[in-house]
Amino acid sequence: METELIQNKNKIHPHKFTLWVAIGSIVMMFAGLTSAYIVKRSQANWQTFEIPVLFWYSTAIILLSSFTMHFSLKSFKERLMDKYRKGMLITMLLGVLFIITQYLGFRDFWNAGMTLQAGVSYSFLYVIVGLHAVHVLGGVTAIIVMSLKAFGTRKKSYSVVPVELISTYWHFVDILWVYLLIFLMMIK
Amino acid sequence: MSTVTVESTTHHQEHGDAHQEHHHHETFITKYVFSQDHKTIAKQFLVTGIIWAIIGGLFSVIFRLQLGNPESTYPWLEDLLGHWAKGGKLQPEFYYALVTMHGTILVFFVLTAGLSGTFANFLIPLQIGARDMASPMLNMLSYWFFFLASVIMMSSLFVQTGPASGGWTIYPPLSALGEASMGSKIGMDLWLISMAMFIVSSLLGGLNYITTILNMRTKGMSMTRMPLTVWALFFTAVLGVLSFPVLLSGAILLLFDRNLGTSFYLSDIVVAGKILPNEGGSAILFQHLFWFLGHPEVYIILLPAMGMSSEILSVNSRKPIFGYMAMVASLFAITILAFLVWAHHMFVTGLNPFLGSVFVLLTLLIAVPSAIKVFNWLTTLWRGNIRFTPAMLFAIGFVSLFISGGLTGIFLGNSALDIHLHDTYFVIAHFHIVMGVASFFGMFAGVYHWYPKMFGRYLNNTLAYIHFWVTIIGAYLIFWPMHYEGLAGMPRRYYDFSNWESFKMFGGLNEFISVVALVVFAVQILFVINFFYSIWKGRKVKDQNPWEANTLEWTTPIRPGHGNWPGDIPEVHRWPYDYSKDGKDFIPQDVPVGADESKH
Repeated sequence: METELIQNKNKIHPHKFTLWVAIGSIVMMFAGLTSAYIVKRSQANWQTFEIPVLFWYSTAIILLSSFTMHFSLKSFKERLMDKYRKGMLITMLLGVLFIITQYLGFRDFWNAGMTLQAGVSYSFLYVIVGLHAVHVLGGVTAIIVMSLKAFGTRKKSYSVVPVELISTYWHFVDILWVYLLIFLMMIK
Repeated sequence: MSTVTVESTTHHQEHGDAHQEHHHHETFITKYVFSQDHKTIAKQFLVTGIIWAIIGGLFSVIFRLQLGNPESTYPWLEDLLGHWAKGGKLQPEFYYALVTMHGTILVFFVLTAGLSGTFANFLIPLQIGARDMASPMLNMLSYWFFFLASVIMMSSLFVQTGPASGGWTIYPPLSALGEASMGSKIGMDLWLISMAMFIVSSLLGGLNYITTILNMRTKGMSMTRMPLTVWALFFTAVLGVLSFPVLLSGAILLLFDRNLGTSFYLSDIVVAGKILPNEGGSAILFQHLFWFLGHPEVYIILLPAMGMSSEILSVNSRKPIFGYMAMVASLFAITILAFLVWAHHMFVTGLNPFLGSVFVLLTLLIAVPSAIKVFNWLTTLWRGNIRFTPAMLFAIGFVSLFISGGLTGIFLGNSALDIHLHDTYFVIAHFHIVMGVASFFGMFAGVYHWYPKMFGRYLNNTLAYIHFWVTIIGAYLIFWPMHYEGLAGMPRRYYDFSNWESFKMFGGLNEFISVVALVVFAVQILFVINFFYSIWKGRKVKDQNPWEANTLEWTTPIRPGHGNWPGDIPEVHRWPYDYSKDGKDFIPQDVPVGADESKH
């Protein structure tokens, strides 16, 4: 019995594991898109571009949100529920702000004549960055759903698993953004 | 902790379903429709798959009518298809739609969802000793996304311009430009939306299968004690989870090209004398993205069939599987190689010849793990005490077809030969035998073998034997001659060969193939009748372990409830292939190892 308990303790929670596999799957999608980008770049009619300045702001915002997410999770583990809720709220708002700056960045890009149809390189930017934004939006939705559930039921849940799941996912979309940013800067 | 022996498991059975651990109130809706029980979800996948198989099969029969007798007219066809068969003659546009939908349906809806959806759901928890999947909720969603995909694909059959007709590989520009053909209009959009749903379904399923296998195994069930079915389903899920997202990204780019005016795949195209504004795109890019999924997809279809055949061959030879670790290693090798050979579908696209030769090498390397598997199957059969149950016959048929179809893969894997054989009937013959019919045989073997566990009744054996013999003879009669047609250069996807002097000599042969196809299709209907009739009227299963097999699913009650085992989950003490050992015919996995027992 003793060994069984220890075994279970060391075992990763199935839902967390599922998330890791899902992250692998999302990575493959972006790997597909960025390698398509590389293949296209080596062919004729490729136009280089500078990424919109506003994307730097969104980078700062999403990095900051990873910190707030981290502290929120830490507070939850220490049962500082007030701090945890504030941390979650700030993270979510930063997520929304990230999407807004992305949208504004795209609007500038579009108005400078680099529309979706103007060239394949621009199309790639819209699709790749846009798909990433959809994933951030998914994270924001998850936080909202989790908060609503917390308010909705009388039974208080103190399980750390959902919080950890959202936290892991959030850091993942953050890292994914940093990768995409570096990729789009390096490979023009 | 009590030790669970054979005696105590039969004891469980007497208690029946009354002692369910997961006992909760269930209505008809939660029990049969939005069920979260993996066994029910498996049956939902299977029944949906069977319905699709009938439709997909019927499509092939209809276009075989055209190929076999291009001059004839069939007035009843007009009653059935309306303006698509004006005057009883299949219209060329609809011929292409039928070919496209036949491929799409059989590859994705039947042999992916219907095969691995069914058996991964059914067998993984039962064989590793889990009460259900890691996330029953995601599992249920996986089925309903598949159902949604099915509804959308089905609805595309009824739109005025017809379903997608650019081939199941949906290469642009045919698939990217609405004006390219009838099927490139709304039918193509529905195809893409349906496939997006399908990909979501298969990802949700795959995530669950992987997590369940790695996290939910019962005590004592180490990875190396898992039945080969579970290993195969595990690698299938890995392949799906890593390759379907790439198809999704390819499909997203295609949707942009179709609807938002981008040029990912389009460049310098003239349609009806009008130059399109698109430039800078590359149609070949799509092929890379498509085949990065497309080739692993072949193994997504094939691996579950391999796993189930391994299990069934061992059980019915009353012998341990030969080379268990080699079987696992070869599954692993196939999984890795599956990701590295996609460009062998693209030898004639102007691929750099050096790159081509790398892909030739990697492709031919697949022959090594495949040969290991075949060797092990044959040595498992060798001097076995073989019981020719219908499941066993289909498993042996699988091995036969895998050899016949695999050998022609070596021809096609050579880029020099492929230039001649590309897009001919040789390719049709190759992949139908090795992937289509072989996987169907694996699926049939699985259905015949686990039907008693699924429904608590047996299928009718006489009908099963008729089904087997007609199908295997028919499959060879249909596809064997196609190799010769292909070598002679007869191209695939053509509507009417009678216009070419060089293919006229195949007129009689084509007619013969069509007649056999009709007969084989009729026998499949016989199977479907047997399947549904036996659910309610089949002979009842009286024995908890009718095949005298070692795996854990046979330690559950004859009709297991939600939660699978009424009492504790059995503990595993040995690998699943202890047959004919120490004078015993079989020793189930939950029997503790005796003091003086020999090693396997």
